Amino acid sequence: MSGIVVIGAGQAGCALVAKLRALDHDGPLTLLGAEPHPPYQRPPLSKKYLLGEMPRERLFLRPEAFYADQGITLRTGCAPDAIDRAARCVRIGDERLPYDQLVLTTGATPRRLPNMIGGGLDGVFTLRGIADVDALAPRMRPGARLLVVGGGYIGLEAAAVARGLGLQVTLIEAAPRILQRVAAPETSDYFRALHRAHGVDLREGTGLARLLGAGHVTGAELSDGSRVEADLVLAGIGVAPNVALAEAAGLPLDNGIAVDKLGRTGDPHIWAAGDCASFPWRDTRVRMESVQNAIDMAECVATNLLGAQTPYDPQPWFWSDQYDTKLQIAGLNAGYTRVVARPGARAGSLSHWYYAGDRLIALDAMNDPRAYMIGRRLLARDTSPDPALLAAPETDLKALAAA
Amino acid sequence: MVKITYIEHDGTTHALDLAEGLTVMEGGRDNGVEGIVAECGGACACSTCHVYVAPDWVDRLPPMDPMEEDMLDFAPGSDPARSRLSCQLKITAALDGLVVEVPEEQA
Ligand SMILES: Cc1cc2nc3c(=O)[nH]c(=O)nc-3n(C[C@H](O)[C@H](O)[C@H](O)COP(=O)(O)OP(=O)(O)OC[C@H]3O[C@@H](n4cnc5c(N)ncnc54)[C@H](O)[C@@H]3O)c2cc1C
Ligand code: FES
Repeated sequence: MSGIVVIGAGQAGCALVAKLRALDHDGPLTLLGAEPHPPYQRPPLSKKYLLGEMPRERLFLRPEAFYADQGITLRTGCAPDAIDRAARCVRIGDERLPYDQLVLTTGATPRRLPNMIGGGLDGVFTLRGIADVDALAPRMRPGARLLVVGGGYIGLEAAAVARGLGLQVTLIEAAPRILQRVAAPETSDYFRALHRAHGVDLREGTGLARLLGAGHVTGAELSDGSRVEADLVLAGIGVAPNVALAEAAGLPLDNGIAVDKLGRTGDPHIWAAGDCASFPWRDTRVRMESVQNAIDMAECVATNLLGAQTPYDPQPWFWSDQYDTKLQIAGLNAGYTRVVARPGARAGSLSHWYYAGDRLIALDAMNDPRAYMIGRRLLARDTSPDPALLAAPETDLKALAAA
Repeated sequence: MVKITYIEHDGTTHALDLAEGLTVMEGGRDNGVEGIVAECGGACACSTCHVYVAPDWVDRLPPMDPMEEDMLDFAPGSDPARSRLSCQLKITAALDGLVVEVPEEQA
């Protein structure tokens, strides 16, 4: 028996092998990862780890001994060359590693600024792995000028860390507002005000024309013709799913590796989970980029590898830390028609509740864990409180959830 | 080293000697205590590191900050008298002898 091989030793890959062993599967299990590290958590990379407040050892999802103890062959620094579907094996140099079942948990890669506009200059960074932070962090010295390109979560979190470290920060967003792809204007407003209050020069509707400098970046010309000086540039302009192996093997792609409800690709022996995979959900096909999705989808695939027929039906949640604000999100707001704002019980706490018609589909909670926890419960039960009741500060949230 | 005892829901007990500086969540997770799920990795964002603290320890722990308090307010199975988020509990010498129980379910 050849066993299960997992390619991609990140959040999803780790959750998958751990779940298989927790389910008492005792067959051969191999986890292959391109990075030199055992699986680690990425969220701190744009938060406490970048800030220098968290040592590297605490990023690892499991202690190194875990893998050997559980009979999991972890091979770091290992990037296979190809999947041979006919021979049912993974090619690593001259080696042929056979599999009964193969799982792709290859994650995603940040988009880079094109070389044509200076993306290849020294001092230009993206943020995905430990190596990226280890290169960037030593250069984040007080007084240095940082240009963040892109007002998504990673760009905003990095801007907050940089302000905390005493850098001068300019953040540009080509879309009319930050977080446009993921949040309502109300939530964008909250974070715009937060960053400006912390001294970020935040410019929306402003794209990057080109980076300036010879060898090392010295600044940028923006789409409105203005110029900013910069010692460092961080591109937070989204990611592309890592599909190269799947594509070369002829597996169907659709905004990532396309899988069915069970997590299976077009090949019955090959599965995928996490950032790299798109799956059918509520009449559409989605690809999510979150810890929740990496863990839950990987665990679902683990049960299905062992013969269950469990469709993956996520309860999405996400968080982001910026300055002293914790944003917690539950649900997916795609297709919302209305946003209800509710002030929280504590000073500065606030939540935005998304409705599609009469149906509650998501919420953003800013320093308001009570709203978040109640919202999660309501969403899990697909219960939609009357928006007017919700908006009234005197309404007791607990009573809403009990109803 | 600081001795902390974790009791899983089925009664399985782990008496561990842990290094200062980690959190109670990390100590449990890294030693395979079942039920310390810790999906958010200690960011006080998920509540899946929820534990019940032994009664004689409740008042000896550092107080909760508002974030932890509010998360626990609505966490499944939460008991205001003895619930804590183990990722918010730093292991120090003062915690030597601490006993925590893991709830039946984390969500
Ligand atoms: C800076 C940052 C901050 C984030 N903050 C949050 C947050 O606050 N909350 C949240 O919910 N989510 C956050 N996320 C997203 C979350 O970390 C990801 O969604 C999650 O890591 C996805 O897990 P994954 O296993 O699919 O991919 P990854 O964790 O990226 O793991 C994929 C692994 O596969 C490896 N790999 C790729 N191709 C190959 C190959 N061909 N061969 C071998 N190995 C390969 C990669 O090197 C990588 O190690 C953040 C992400 C980043 C980058
Ligand atoms: S680990 Fe998520 S709240 Fe403690």
